[in-house]
Amino acid sequence: MTESPFAFEMHGIVKRFPGVLANDHVDFASRVGEVHALLGENGAGKSTLMNILAGLYRPEAGEIHVGGKRVSFHSPQDAIARGIGMIHQHFMLVPSHSVAENVVLGLKQPRFFLNLASVEEQVDALGKQYNMSVNPRARIWELSVGEQQRVEVLKMLFRGAKVLIMDEPTAVLTPQEVETLFGTLRDMTAHGHTIVFISHKLDEVVAIADHVTVMRRGEVTAAAVPSKGITKPQLAKLMVGRDVMFLVQKKKSQPGDVVLATDHLCADNDRGLPALQNISIQLHAGEILGVAGVAGNGQRELAEVLTGLRNPTSGTIFLGDQQLDRSTNWMEISQKLAHIPEDRAAFGSVPGLGVSENLILKSFNRPPISTGWSINTASVRENGTRLVKQYNISTPTIDTPARMLSGGNLQKVILARETSGRPNLMIAVHPTRGLDIGAIEGIHNLLIELRDQGTAILLISEELDEIFSLADRIAVMYEGMIVGELPPERANLNTVGLMMAGTKVES
Amino acid sequence: MKWNGIDYRLRIEARLDNPGWVGVVSSIFGILFALIVGGFVLKAAGASNPIATYREIFKEGFGTFADWQAGLHAVVTNTSCPKGMLCFGPLSDTLVKASPVLLTALACIIAFRMKLWNIGADGQMFLGAWAATGVAVFILPDTTNRVVMLTVMALAGISAGLIYGIIPGFLKARLNINEIITTLMLNYVAYKWIEYFVVVGPWSIGDFESTGHFPAAATWPRLTEYAKQYPITAGLTIHPGIFLGIVAAILLAWILFRSRWGYEIRVIGDNPRAARYAGINLKRNIILVMGLSGALAGLAGMNEVAALRELNGRFQRGYGFTGVIVAWLARLNPLAAILVSVLFGGLLVGTKLIQPQGIASMLQGVILFIVIGTELLFHYRIELDKVELASVVVENKSLNDNELEEEISRDQ
Amino acid sequence: MTSSDLTVLAITIVFGALVSGTPLLFATIGEIFSERSGVMNLGIEGMMLVGAMSGFSVWSTAVTKWHWTNGTALLVGLLIGMALGCGLSLLHAIITITLRADQVVSGLAVTFLGTGLSSILGEHFVGVATPPPTKFTVAILGGVGAEQVAFVVFGAIFAPLAWYYMNRTRPGLNLRSVGEYPAAADSLGINVYQTRYLYVLFGGAMSGLAGASMSLITDPGWVDGKTSGLGWIAVALVIFASWDPMRGLWVSYFFGLLRRLPLDLQNPALPLISTANNPQLGRFMDMLPYLATIFILILGSREAMRKRLGAPAALGVPYIRGERGK
Repeated sequence: MTESPFAFEMHGIVKRFPGVLANDHVDFASRVGEVHALLGENGAGKSTLMNILAGLYRPEAGEIHVGGKRVSFHSPQDAIARGIGMIHQHFMLVPSHSVAENVVLGLKQPRFFLNLASVEEQVDALGKQYNMSVNPRARIWELSVGEQQRVEVLKMLFRGAKVLIMDEPTAVLTPQEVETLFGTLRDMTAHGHTIVFISHKLDEVVAIADHVTVMRRGEVTAAAVPSKGITKPQLAKLMVGRDVMFLVQKKKSQPGDVVLATDHLCADNDRGLPALQNISIQLHAGEILGVAGVAGNGQRELAEVLTGLRNPTSGTIFLGDQQLDRSTNWMEISQKLAHIPEDRAAFGSVPGLGVSENLILKSFNRPPISTGWSINTASVRENGTRLVKQYNISTPTIDTPARMLSGGNLQKVILARETSGRPNLMIAVHPTRGLDIGAIEGIHNLLIELRDQGTAILLISEELDEIFSLADRIAVMYEGMIVGELPPERANLNTVGLMMAGTKVES
Repeated sequence: MKWNGIDYRLRIEARLDNPGWVGVVSSIFGILFALIVGGFVLKAAGASNPIATYREIFKEGFGTFADWQAGLHAVVTNTSCPKGMLCFGPLSDTLVKASPVLLTALACIIAFRMKLWNIGADGQMFLGAWAATGVAVFILPDTTNRVVMLTVMALAGISAGLIYGIIPGFLKARLNINEIITTLMLNYVAYKWIEYFVVVGPWSIGDFESTGHFPAAATWPRLTEYAKQYPITAGLTIHPGIFLGIVAAILLAWILFRSRWGYEIRVIGDNPRAARYAGINLKRNIILVMGLSGALAGLAGMNEVAALRELNGRFQRGYGFTGVIVAWLARLNPLAAILVSVLFGGLLVGTKLIQPQGIASMLQGVILFIVIGTELLFHYRIELDKVELASVVVENKSLNDNELEEEISRDQ
Repeated sequence: MTSSDLTVLAITIVFGALVSGTPLLFATIGEIFSERSGVMNLGIEGMMLVGAMSGFSVWSTAVTKWHWTNGTALLVGLLIGMALGCGLSLLHAIITITLRADQVVSGLAVTFLGTGLSSILGEHFVGVATPPPTKFTVAILGGVGAEQVAFVVFGAIFAPLAWYYMNRTRPGLNLRSVGEYPAAADSLGINVYQTRYLYVLFGGAMSGLAGASMSLITDPGWVDGKTSGLGWIAVALVIFASWDPMRGLWVSYFFGLLRRLPLDLQNPALPLISTANNPQLGRFMDMLPYLATIFILILGSREAMRKRLGAPAALGVPYIRGERGK
């Protein structure tokens, strides 16, 4: 069997950013008509490499050949002209515009008068051809995430892309949608397209890819290995460089009284559509309830409702004996309730205020930080100095504005603020997102410690590994409902995957 | 541009690690630069020697060293100011002028700290003046004790300003209506309101567009009233009202930096989402802060009207806008505002006799512009960068105040 | 009053509304373009004042000193007004787009600058002879100038053209995308900075035109503060028009009507409500446009929340190109 020619080849790519060598003499190539997975952890350099191929970055050194010819890209448009298009994790779609308007945006023709009707026809035809139809007149915000992804693909196909680079495309899809996507990808390779599939998920890589290239810390550790010829543990080792421990050492939990109880809790999301439907859960002191589920199934709204950032439309929430509702004085109960928010920069911290002033965000209303109307600056400083030391926060001074801290240190500030008060309940939402291995381990250990001290922890995470290793009980959210709850011994990727796709499992 | 085959480009990036003094330096630099630009505009407007103009402005606003020397001498010897010298006259006028400027600046400071753009300090000031006038002329008898009268007037001014400030605050808190527009519109409503009362309506005396002179009790005692005992004070219109501003500034500084409420205000202004998360009540604070802001401006109105001794159709418009500039130049710090408002008082007094008259306004505009511009130059660094060709994801944390409106709308 | 008198009165009022509203129309639609690209320019009042002053002063100088014809001088005056409004907005553009500073404060600075500049440089022209309107022979519109009619017609054509440009052409699509999601536009090769500069400058030109038209056509003459807050009303109208040029047209005419009413009601033929007899009423009527703006914003706020028709998503947010990938 003759091998198909190379769709593109990258040789000796070097890319540096301030403080880090993202790509260290990387070679990467794909043949026409294959699905080639680029596997690696966060920070391995795979996105950077593909950004170079897609024309977004210029490498310091190295060559790129497309269809046998040497090329040099000065913009994504150059790459598209050569048939290479990239679909990013964050969709580049204007939400209030229609599919057709998004597809046609940025094209050279037609130059002035838009003929949207004709574009809509073409989008329809393209969709039928590749078996991924989308209503071309629909507004992007009306579409599901899977459909939006299809729009991105159609956008690229419309521009004649032969090579499609997809950056973590399954991050926001349910298992069913992932299957659909895989079907689409196979269709496309049958049509002669080449797919580069960036991922950190072993299962998917093994399922869809013809070849796998593994990267770790800017280098290629395995080049174009046929996916049939390698096992998952082998791949994991190449990815991480050591035997991956899938379980954190922890004692069996000793659950105590019910700390959190919700009953038929309902809430709407920002668009007014139902995000939570009849959520009834119970959380005991000293246990970790892991809530798994594809992002976008109500997890964010659940965290917001439980921390007072969103009003439920019906149902009750009880924190211990106290009911939480519109009349709750959230500042008062903030002593008992800790929250590690999803987006630490956006609302976990106050960027313009100093570290010590950030640390009192929850405690500023009470002695010893404040008495009467005024704030006791001496005790603010004392508190700040103490916590910075205790949690090993790296900062020039305790007055340094929070916006100048690195991501990891900012997360430590938030943790320090939240956990130092011995809370009854902690709600942790994607607490280790974007952090490196060392930081992740540290936070996992902290959570276990908290649990052992009697705090009830609601851990919302996309990383199934994290859930499996930390949780004492696992629940799965799908479209705003809890579709199943089980202990980790009975949980595996299949059952949980089914639940994430909506199948209720009797617990 | 290309170099060695690689594209480079100038990039402007925020410098986040500036020490505090950079702000001061950039303000000073800005003012100097603005004066230079202003000089050119003056030339264009026909003034032949801008530097002489500036010197004249300074003289009219503060007096020369010679004037001060002569004044000190007169104080020590308890004589009157020598003929031809201005002594402390300009300084006194300037401090008097600075007082309402300081108060409106403080009004702006407290509101801006929470990213509430109160552009309506002018209108709130007018309402305060109106209320104080009502008390002085129509409510309290002429024979009331001065201290009582002035206190009640002050309370009236504060209350009127408070209410007039709460209106847009309420609209923002409840309906998320942009306060820039509402406060601006209310300015014009306030102007017409005064016009109605004083020019064509119930308060005008005869054909004059004025309430006529206030009873003596309703006016600030002036230093010049002591001219018999202390001849140096002749003509000095300085009055205790200037302390209103200073006291208010100190109070505001304490509130902002030492009180719980001030902490809440600063957190809301910096990150409303985090404030909400911390349980801080956004809506209540919007209303309270707008109320306080309006109250301060209302007090400025009372201050002014008690100094002018009457309310007429020529009540000065524009203090509210000067307050915006002073607040900005003072970097939203109440104590710094004291100094800046004295400078601006000098500018206003000094340009009174200068032709053409729009100089003060123009200079203010130029100063503000240049200060914004230079602030950015000092706070950004320009770097030569290897071209990164396009953005991928832009986590655009807004540098602006959309966040407050987002947070309010979440509550609906 | 006879019915024909009433008709004349009605037509006078309507036409007066159109004339009075057309400057607003230009300023509003100009700002709509600017805000649709994501940049808010609060300096409309300043730009209008500068436009009004410069347009009038150029006309006056051209006619009296250089002996140009009225018509040519008018046109040049309008163009100069546009140019100066544009120039002022360039300052705003540099500060907010390139230097990424706060748009609110910069806009205010433009206002101060424009107010002051127009006041200083316009001093010589206060009370100077004004452009005489070209009379129409049509009796019913007697007293109305051809210039005014032409101007109204120009405005009435401009609005739908603006709408079409914005919604049915490629440049319009680019404009809207830049204001909604600049990163997406950038990723597809659209130059966000250039686009924003273009439309901020366009908005400035329109404001300058609006101001110049006020001192040359709709209410000829120059006084300090000629526009008396109209620029601020335009800022509000943009919101009330939901950033749509056609809606901008209707709300501008409506506000033109509100502004005219005090004047029209001075007609002594309406003894009951005439403001000539009733100066207090006049003052309150003067308040009407401003109160109406607030009222309309209140109404609009509920509608906006229900319809979720909102501002361009990236309005007020400076665009920063991200760099690092992972």
